[in-house]
Amino acid sequence: MSALNTIFILVLAFVAVFMEASFGTFRRFLGVQVDLLPGLMIYASLSSGTLTISTLAVLGGLWFDSLSANPLGVSILPLFLIGFVVQRCRHLILREQTYAQFIMGFSASGFAPLLTLMILFSCGAEPIVGLGFAWQWFVMTVIGGLLVPLYFRLFGKVYRTLGYERVVESSFRADREIARGRG
Amino acid sequence: MKRAHYIAFAVVIVLTVAVMKLPPRVATQFKLAIGSLFLPLFGLSSSTQQIAVKTGDTVVPRKALLAQNEQLHRENAELKVQLQRQSEFERENERLRSMLSFQRIFPWKIRAAHVIARDPANWWRNVQIDLGKRDGLRVDLPVLTSEGLVGRVSEVSETRARVVLIGDANCRVAAMVVDTQITSGRNARTETNTVDHGVITTGTSVLDESVVELGFLSKASQVKPGQEVRTSGLGGIFPRGILIGQVIDTRPVEFGLYTVARVKLAMKMNLLDEVWVMMP
Repeated sequence: MSALNTIFILVLAFVAVFMEASFGTFRRFLGVQVDLLPGLMIYASLSSGTLTISTLAVLGGLWFDSLSANPLGVSILPLFLIGFVVQRCRHLILREQTYAQFIMGFSASGFAPLLTLMILFSCGAEPIVGLGFAWQWFVMTVIGGLLVPLYFRLFGKVYRTLGYERVVESSFRADREIARGRG
Repeated sequence: MKRAHYIAFAVVIVLTVAVMKLPPRVATQFKLAIGSLFLPLFGLSSSTQQIAVKTGDTVVPRKALLAQNEQLHRENAELKVQLQRQSEFERENERLRSMLSFQRIFPWKIRAAHVIARDPANWWRNVQIDLGKRDGLRVDLPVLTSEGLVGRVSEVSETRARVVLIGDANCRVAAMVVDTQITSGRNARTETNTVDHGVITTGTSVLDESVVELGFLSKASQVKPGQEVRTSGLGGIFPRGILIGQVIDTRPVEFGLYTVARVKLAMKMNLLDEVWVMMP
């Protein structure tokens, strides 16, 4: 299931990056494009191993930067750091709880754009950042937080659909059957 | 910390630094190659949209279509008359230019393109269009719509290109502020005077893509709200005379050394769907 999990996560990351580039509904109404990858990285770090996290950070970052004007590779490090730190502390996180998932997604979605901007500024790039970025950051963090429980439900549903159904043990035991009758 | 974590950490850091240190040309090629992985999805999205539009067209009532058709016929006839007039002006202009030995202005050749994607990051103003090298595109070609200037081509792959929009720090446009006055009376005519020259630098707000800054205006600038801003033709990328927008207000900067104006773009950047690339 581990390999399948990694494949599902990578496929979802690919589709997520495509959707961020081609669907502008949020941007049109709220003036913000929501980043779907930090939330996905939270799901990956709470459910998978280091290899999945590293692959998601590298591929997700490269895919994102290839459709963006970001210098190639800028988005890898923020994603990886989120995954790495969360995975190191995951024994302390109540990962089954919705509020814990929300808080993790909220924090990751807030941290990723800030670190990306820091790297961009240190590279000498001139991204457009002003007072309006506070609003963008707020929307990104809230929606990013809400996405993590959705990722958990989505993946849970996928595994329930594709995995073997759990056998329900019956309380009936043939060797304890009381045979009635005259025989 | 487990050994596997150490190795993963080191590998990702080294890979990130290696990718970020690639020479710009190689990085661009690499970027375009990775971006081409999304082509099937872009194709799928575009076909789905076309199917949706066609389905929508089939349910439009015949009466509405006839009314629209009639309106378009009328507009077409008006535009034909205007075009004849413009052609006459063009001929006259060319004749006068040749008499004065001025450089000849070549007519614009334009090609339509669809916007297929926008930059997923909030801090850049970029779009991708469905024309590429195979359609004759190259870097730095101007992109516009019927309403005004949009930006310039910044990266070109075989089948698509990235357009950096006005307002992004990577799209600086040499511009001029034009004062247009219509004189009344028997010899009514339109007079245009260049008020000042400047450079469109960046957007003024992260949230509002329709307002940009026009910098480097002289300190004694006579720029006033409502005046038109057009490309000045300086810099060699954008031809002279393309409408950019209108001046909203001005303010002195750098202790009054020069003036900066806010410009409302003629084009609504967040509603870009179809653009025109000016071909060489």
